[in-house]
Amino acid sequence: MNTSFLIAIFTGTVIAATPLIYAALGELVAERAGVLNLGVEGMMLVGALTAFAVSVTTGSLMLGFLAAACASMLLALLFAFLTLTLQTNQVATGLALTLFGLGLSAFLGRAFAGLPGQGIPDVHLPGLSDLPVIGPLLFRFDLAVYGSVLLYAALHYFLNHTRGGLLLRAVGESPAVAHALGQPVLKTRYLAVLFGGATSGLAGAYLSTGLTPMWVEGMSSGRGWIALALVVFATWKPLRVLLGAYLFGGVTVLQLHAQGFGINVPSELLSMLPYVATIVVLVLICRDPRTILLNQPASLGKSFHPDV
Amino acid sequence: MINWPLRLEKRPEPLAVMRIAAPLIAIAAMLITGYLVFAALGQDPLQALMLFFITPVDSIYGVGELLLKATPLMLCALGLAIGFRANVWNIGAEGQLTLGALCGGGVALFWAPSLGGLGLPAALLAGVLGGMAWAAIPAFLRTRFNTSEILVSLMLVYIAQLALVYLLHGSWRDPDGFNFPQSKAFTEALTLPLLADGQRASIAVLFSLGLAAVSWVFSSRLFAGYRMRVAGQAPAAAAYAGFSERRNIWLALLVSGGGAGLAGICEVLGPIGRLQTSISPGYGFAAIIVAFVGRLHPVGIVLASLLMSLLYLGGESVQLALQLPAAVTGLFQGTLLFYLLAADLFVGYRLRRVLSPGAAR
Repeated sequence: MNTSFLIAIFTGTVIAATPLIYAALGELVAERAGVLNLGVEGMMLVGALTAFAVSVTTGSLMLGFLAAACASMLLALLFAFLTLTLQTNQVATGLALTLFGLGLSAFLGRAFAGLPGQGIPDVHLPGLSDLPVIGPLLFRFDLAVYGSVLLYAALHYFLNHTRGGLLLRAVGESPAVAHALGQPVLKTRYLAVLFGGATSGLAGAYLSTGLTPMWVEGMSSGRGWIALALVVFATWKPLRVLLGAYLFGGVTVLQLHAQGFGINVPSELLSMLPYVATIVVLVLICRDPRTILLNQPASLGKSFHPDV
Repeated sequence: MINWPLRLEKRPEPLAVMRIAAPLIAIAAMLITGYLVFAALGQDPLQALMLFFITPVDSIYGVGELLLKATPLMLCALGLAIGFRANVWNIGAEGQLTLGALCGGGVALFWAPSLGGLGLPAALLAGVLGGMAWAAIPAFLRTRFNTSEILVSLMLVYIAQLALVYLLHGSWRDPDGFNFPQSKAFTEALTLPLLADGQRASIAVLFSLGLAAVSWVFSSRLFAGYRMRVAGQAPAAAAYAGFSERRNIWLALLVSGGGAGLAGICEVLGPIGRLQTSISPGYGFAAIIVAFVGRLHPVGIVLASLLMSLLYLGGESVQLALQLPAAVTGLFQGTLLFYLLAADLFVGYRLRRVLSPGAAR
């Protein structure tokens, strides 16, 4: 096993983890505010299609990513309106959002299936990128990869060291108390859900431009759900989202490189690995009910309306 | 907050009429949306709606197709509804359906020919058990390790589909099938009898109606059904009364898994006639919508599954006649559920005009 092979595994892991990081960090913010949005998969698909369509027609990846974030945010706004203003059941509405996103993206995406897409170019930092080993390991990714790490850092700081972060956590733990203290519960929850929508859109955009530059119906293939599982796995802490995502990225990449290790297992069985890993990891984390009780935002999934 | 001229106010009593009116309002809103979507696509909207909702069912064959597609939806949704009422969220019916098809299909391929007349019932039973076994995994993990049944049942959908593809690319593939990933076709004796000539619906329709009757008795006449309703509507009361949450979870998942498994094997032994890599166009997911649109009530679910089946047929019809993508079905399904959830608000709340801002407080 040579160095370049190991480097390929490492970079593959990071790239596979990137969409999961975006989606899971956004969902983490929504859940910390007490809103469980099961529509991540649907928002990701709409984001993936939007980014692909916009970047192919305008030639600008930047516009594609921006449009993806906006499109998914619109879906998130719909979800927020239903669950926060109209007080619908969060689980049912989230499922509806996923089914709707699947249908909408499949419907609008027909024209774009099979077209060649635009891949994200990797950065090239003179000097740094050319370093042996370290260069390819750290300095040759695309901007979205660095963006995901930055997003983590910003979020960690926001949640733990700012007033806004404190408000968000307070709303998620006890909306009634936050409301009694005069804090804008609904506004906070709206913003948190919209943020989750935007990052889900970015995650989708990375799928259809970074990971595989093309549009295929249902191309997220469960990554939105894996992101939801990651938030539980991370016990609602950003750092553990990052670590969890790399772990999953690693599993995905090992499955692709299995032949290189001389493992001769049919590809269908290897493709099951990420899904099996999700279940195993959930079991390990949830095994002790105290882990969940202590970390899960207390109002997660429960409606709250100040007027009624 | 902005001062809306209208304010939401809790009704003193939930309005029972709205519970039944809400799906009708949602259907009307969906039709209006469909009208606008077709108009935006440059079609004559009325003609398109006719093609979507009327043309598919204007013949015996069409009605048969309606029943054919409503059957798996009904079988899945009836089971799911029992769980949803008790706050047990099995959303992996698609996977349980696939595993039912896989287990039942396996029995039909390898074992049933030697069983003679018992072959068909054995295959059906294997399908039900396969679906149950697949649903038992989230039930066990939820009751033993407190793991979310939503995520586990969903992950198992992908695993089941990959398992089916694996078998059909390998040892289960028809040796004379030109390398297509599909099994041998089942013999006549292993095919479900048709309801009537000139159409394709089989006696599986009767299974689904039977299950609807059983599920009605269960949820409105049996104590076990009552326990589950209490668990869903008032978890604290259920805990205080000593109703076992564990038993509810097992029951909900096994029943819905069995229903989905039966749906899968009936598809395979009915219209499909062999095992192939894709067995369902998302019946297991659409059944979630069916369960809600049917108000989680057996009679409602029977009606809702007919409506949802019509949405599938309509999608195919406009695809053929107007070259619109069939995915328009998914769009209709999603919007229908959204409208329903929104209309549900008016069961418990009403809108009140606020004359002077703030006076209502």
